[in-house]
Amino acid sequence: MANYKYHILICGGTGCRASKSGEIVQNFKNILKQENLDNEIQVITTGCFGFCEKGPIVKILPDNTFYTQVKPEDCEEIVKEHFIKGRKVTRLLYTDPEKKEHVSDSKHMNFYKKQMRIALRNCGFINPENIDEYIARDGYAALAKVLEQNDPQATIDIIKKSGLRGRGGGGFPTGLKWEIASKNPADQKYIICNADEGDPGAFMDRSILEGDPHSIIEAMTIGGFCIGATKGLVYIRAEYPLAIQRLQIAIEQAREYGLLGKDLLGSGFDFDLELRYGAGAFVCGEETALIHSMEGQRGEPTFKPPFPAQEGYLKKPSNVNNVETFANIPVIINKGWEWFSSIGTEKSKGTKVFALAGQINNVGLIEVPMGITLREVIFEIGGGIKNGKKFKAVQTGGPSGGCLTEEFLDTPIDYDNLIAAGSMMGSGGMIVMDETSCMPAVARFYLDFTCEESCGKCSPCRVGNKRLCELLDKITSGKGTMEDLENIKNLSQVIKDTALCGLGQTSPNPVLSTISHFWDEYVAHVVDKKCPAGQCKALKQYIIDPEKCKGCTACARNCPVGAIKGTVKNPHEINQELCIKCGTCQAKCKFGAISVQ
Amino acid sequence: MGETNMDMIKITIDNKVVEVAKGTTILKAAKDNNINIPTLCYFELAGMDIVNKPGSCRICVVEVEGRRNLAPACITECTPDMVIKTNTTRVLNARRTVLELLLSDHPSDCLVCPKSGDCELQNLAIRFGIREINYVGEQSTYKQDDSPSIHRDMNKCIMCRRCEMMCNEFQTVGALSAINRGFTAVVSPAFEEDLTLTSCTFCGQCVAVCPVGALSEINHTGKVLRALNDPTKTVVVQTAPAVRVAIGEEFGMAPGTIATGQMATALRKLGFDYVFDTDWSADLTIMEEGTELLNRLKKFLAGDKDVKIPLMTSCCPAWVNFFEHNFPDMLDIPSTAKSPQQMFGAMAKSYFAEKKNIKREDMVVVSVMPCLAKKYECSRDEFKVNGNPDVDYSITTRELASLIKLANIDFAALPESKFDDPLGESTGAGVIFGTTGGVIEAAVRTAYEIHTGKKCPKIDFEELRGLEGIRSATIDFDGLPINIGIAHGLKNARKLLEEIREGKSKFHAIEIMACPGGCIDGGGQPRHHGNSEIIKARWNAIYEADKNLPIRKSHENPSIIQLYKEYLGEPCGEKSHHLLHTHYFNKHNVFEVDLNKK
Amino acid sequence: MDKIKSLADLKKKRDAIQGSLNLRENGDNSESMIQIKVAMATCGIAAGAKQVMETLIEQCSSKKIDAVVTQTGCMGYCYAEPTVEITKPGQDPIVFGHVSVEKAKELVEKYILNNEMVEGIIPQNYQSIDK
Repeated sequence: MANYKYHILICGGTGCRASKSGEIVQNFKNILKQENLDNEIQVITTGCFGFCEKGPIVKILPDNTFYTQVKPEDCEEIVKEHFIKGRKVTRLLYTDPEKKEHVSDSKHMNFYKKQMRIALRNCGFINPENIDEYIARDGYAALAKVLEQNDPQATIDIIKKSGLRGRGGGGFPTGLKWEIASKNPADQKYIICNADEGDPGAFMDRSILEGDPHSIIEAMTIGGFCIGATKGLVYIRAEYPLAIQRLQIAIEQAREYGLLGKDLLGSGFDFDLELRYGAGAFVCGEETALIHSMEGQRGEPTFKPPFPAQEGYLKKPSNVNNVETFANIPVIINKGWEWFSSIGTEKSKGTKVFALAGQINNVGLIEVPMGITLREVIFEIGGGIKNGKKFKAVQTGGPSGGCLTEEFLDTPIDYDNLIAAGSMMGSGGMIVMDETSCMPAVARFYLDFTCEESCGKCSPCRVGNKRLCELLDKITSGKGTMEDLENIKNLSQVIKDTALCGLGQTSPNPVLSTISHFWDEYVAHVVDKKCPAGQCKALKQYIIDPEKCKGCTACARNCPVGAIKGTVKNPHEINQELCIKCGTCQAKCKFGAISVQ
Repeated sequence: MGETNMDMIKITIDNKVVEVAKGTTILKAAKDNNINIPTLCYFELAGMDIVNKPGSCRICVVEVEGRRNLAPACITECTPDMVIKTNTTRVLNARRTVLELLLSDHPSDCLVCPKSGDCELQNLAIRFGIREINYVGEQSTYKQDDSPSIHRDMNKCIMCRRCEMMCNEFQTVGALSAINRGFTAVVSPAFEEDLTLTSCTFCGQCVAVCPVGALSEINHTGKVLRALNDPTKTVVVQTAPAVRVAIGEEFGMAPGTIATGQMATALRKLGFDYVFDTDWSADLTIMEEGTELLNRLKKFLAGDKDVKIPLMTSCCPAWVNFFEHNFPDMLDIPSTAKSPQQMFGAMAKSYFAEKKNIKREDMVVVSVMPCLAKKYECSRDEFKVNGNPDVDYSITTRELASLIKLANIDFAALPESKFDDPLGESTGAGVIFGTTGGVIEAAVRTAYEIHTGKKCPKIDFEELRGLEGIRSATIDFDGLPINIGIAHGLKNARKLLEEIREGKSKFHAIEIMACPGGCIDGGGQPRHHGNSEIIKARWNAIYEADKNLPIRKSHENPSIIQLYKEYLGEPCGEKSHHLLHTHYFNKHNVFEVDLNKK
Repeated sequence: MDKIKSLADLKKKRDAIQGSLNLRENGDNSESMIQIKVAMATCGIAAGAKQVMETLIEQCSSKKIDAVVTQTGCMGYCYAEPTVEITKPGQDPIVFGHVSVEKAKELVEKYILNNEMVEGIIPQNYQSIDK
């Protein structure tokens, strides 16, 4: 068996392949064979490095040399210089655009710094079921620091100055929230962790709880100390059994170490945690609904004020923060607010975790500094659109957010910019759509979700969203009228204006944003009775090209509803009234005579 | 909050700068400045501890400068320098759209709706001039639910949650709550089961506050009309004390008008063979219940440890249902005396029937009640003889009014007439049964004189009157201090019962009424739509009617004296025990649900 | 387990653990100690991470490889689950994606035993915040 000294990793992603990375692989193999090095150096094709704009990429291990824009003819030079003479090929090394220096170690390249892991710092690093590994990575040091300093206001000030804002969607300044709760005197207060993650496709909270549960325990204890709460509650959805299990193990371990319980670290401060299970209702992510649910009441929101900081769980002052928000706290305390506030944009500090999904190559969980552009996220980190299709829109903020088009790709992502663009940060769902996505259908999908998840308390959300959904149904099934479009616009505006809670107020966002950015597509459904993306089944038409049809009868024989008529050797025809648009005929036609319109 | 509430703040409402107290809602501020903001889910019965403001219907939205969305006026408090606009096009469009949405999920069978003409949703549709609904679509459908007292048609529910508030907060019964979510959210017993399976007391307060036709009484007017039309039947009617002070409202008379005479005339015109009065049997109740109290007191004062003190009144059928469901361990505390409705039925179908030689099955007893629980009460098996009920039909004040309207009777113009004898003669003590504190005051008037053998120095016991939820007074029975407790609203009753259960009760006698203010605001009364002035007017009228009567003590009622002499013998005697007393059942139920059913 | 009663206790504990972890990573026997981490969040488990972890443990023990196989949380590479990170002594950690049971065996056979690269490497694309 060979024992290779070097490995040549060549990017085999779509982008690099297009710029001849296949040829490069072949060249390397040939040259190495010629030079008799094929037993010492191995050539490997890897997945996308995500650095397509500088492709093709060649990485040499173990010295981490990173060559960019390599051409097939460069292979010989690399082999001779790098491997035989031991000198790097400087002209191919990556140049840091800011420092204008060649960088060879891929770990130090800017591209790799596009992501920055603060909230996810320990996820994928430590064993979440072992408190020692958390402590080894400075776990509970922030708590110790806070307790030793024994000045809740000073800690609140740090969080305030850090500029940390709620990561659950609203973006309310966390430090300010803590300060308000700390100033309401009461015999008992509560600090609550909102782990009722409900946005379709978003799972950063689950990942944090599964990968780094102690960071939440530590942060909640710090929060409890700051606002004067000796009890913490984690409201977690019962559909997250592993997160629950890991959190329970972590709580037990923290108690054994005396990091939960009485007299923490000799400070005299008592704090303990309990779990409360949610039954998976989206609206229970709204803090007043969450509190009602924890109390055993129906999970529905109530008007604010009173805010939870005044009257929360069991009518006591309570502070609710989301999992990701908490995950940031210990780092801010350990590394200082100055460090944290140096990351991000003017009004949005730090990082945000996004769940990248949809028609994108690298679906996954990413954490990026605020201010990064959608383009960087989608095309660099996400590896671009699947199958080389064209980018159409990106949906952020889940069912409360909106769809953003190409014109927003270079907008820096932060709370305020997203709202200004007609979407929102939300909890960080990011769904990328390509040209085959039908926007009215996308809006309908989200509305369907909101209808399902509405608590039914206020009329605009209970009835209004249902009607909105029905109207979108009409549009996508080709039965809509221009008046329906006007009604959709008015209704969306009224729901936004009148619904009781955040869920209802933001529920028309997917509709409003697609209407404003893709008006033509709506009109096409209504006036031309066509779905430009070819997604809306009711608007599809299968048509046989009489020129190409040989009259083989395969389509007619396979049509499940007998909608195709014709005689042998004569062109066939599809009865559109009967056609159920199943596509069988197209699949069966050997002559490519059937097309969709 | 006391001192901050006193702080005045300046706001601008519809371009007018006004001063309001801190904590004032926009709705209140507007109302105080003669600006009428429409509302729907909002409901308040001032001074009665009843308020429903979930802020959920969104009909009352207004524009507040600097605010992203519209503000619900009913729950948004004014803040200093707030600029409010109640009538911008944005507001009007939003209100109208929201109303259209509500109407789009509401059956438009107004013609046959029990609420037609008295419906808050209909009124809004008229006020907003709705001629078409732009948003039509699927309508929610739920099963229809009939109990002996209440008809539930949840297809008409608009989720204002008033019923839920009355059931849970005011009555602590907990039969109704919001279930399901989104478009299918509705107020219902758990698992969409029938009301009869729950611990519903049939107090009817849900019906009293329902703004639409979702909750209504089981209507017996058709059956009554058929009985009146049947020549083989002798139809006897009794009218409860609280009916006479409210029925006039149905005919445009001022709240608080005492319409006893017109009512008697109208009943005769409708064709009732005998027009009697539940006040008569209220006097009878006092004789039985008062005697029972004195008997228990005597034993108690003699040191008998087994005797149950306090005695609790038992004339309110919702209250009886309440303790049967919730306090089955205390069934021996309330008086065993039947309610006046049932005493009347028992006497009509025995004493009176024998007197007139009418066969039991040929007599139909109809009661006119301010109450929905009375419908359930008269259907109870223990109040039947061989399946024939003592009271055949119990109709509400509203149902009687509809019969009078059906018969083209100009009620307000009717001459007054008296009730028939002998079951129509009554005293002021009978009349005050119609409000909270009245039963116990009537009992005191009689018990005092029986116990002391002396004439009571006063008739009006002001200390027992009032509209606070729980009241108490000590009455001096010539040297013997008697502690009396009074509660209306089952929430308050629960408190007193829990005190008794814990052995902490200081009372000798307690009166309980389920409805706010007692029977004057029963579930069968003309609708007050949240105007507590109407209830206060009825309350005043009750005491005025008492004052107007020549005899004001039950034991001085000549017909009652005659009844004991001719028929019953003595109060709490053997015949009374058989005809006028009842027993209670453990109805603590376990709600069984078949989850595979649907 | 001893309770941690003060800041000093915590520091002592941390240093002790860090020492032992470092020992594991860079100690005298670092030539043979290999760290294998399997991403075992719900997403990973759903994609088969449990079986992969079992395979790795079994392969390492049957082939007498001095390795520590541990679980960890989500690495974020959902498109490539299950993911496994292998750190050979003195080398940078390498994350492999789409690790099936078969691939796990291949990893042990080729990368761990023969120092032979295997396809499916996921480039580390984030910046960590370690000092």
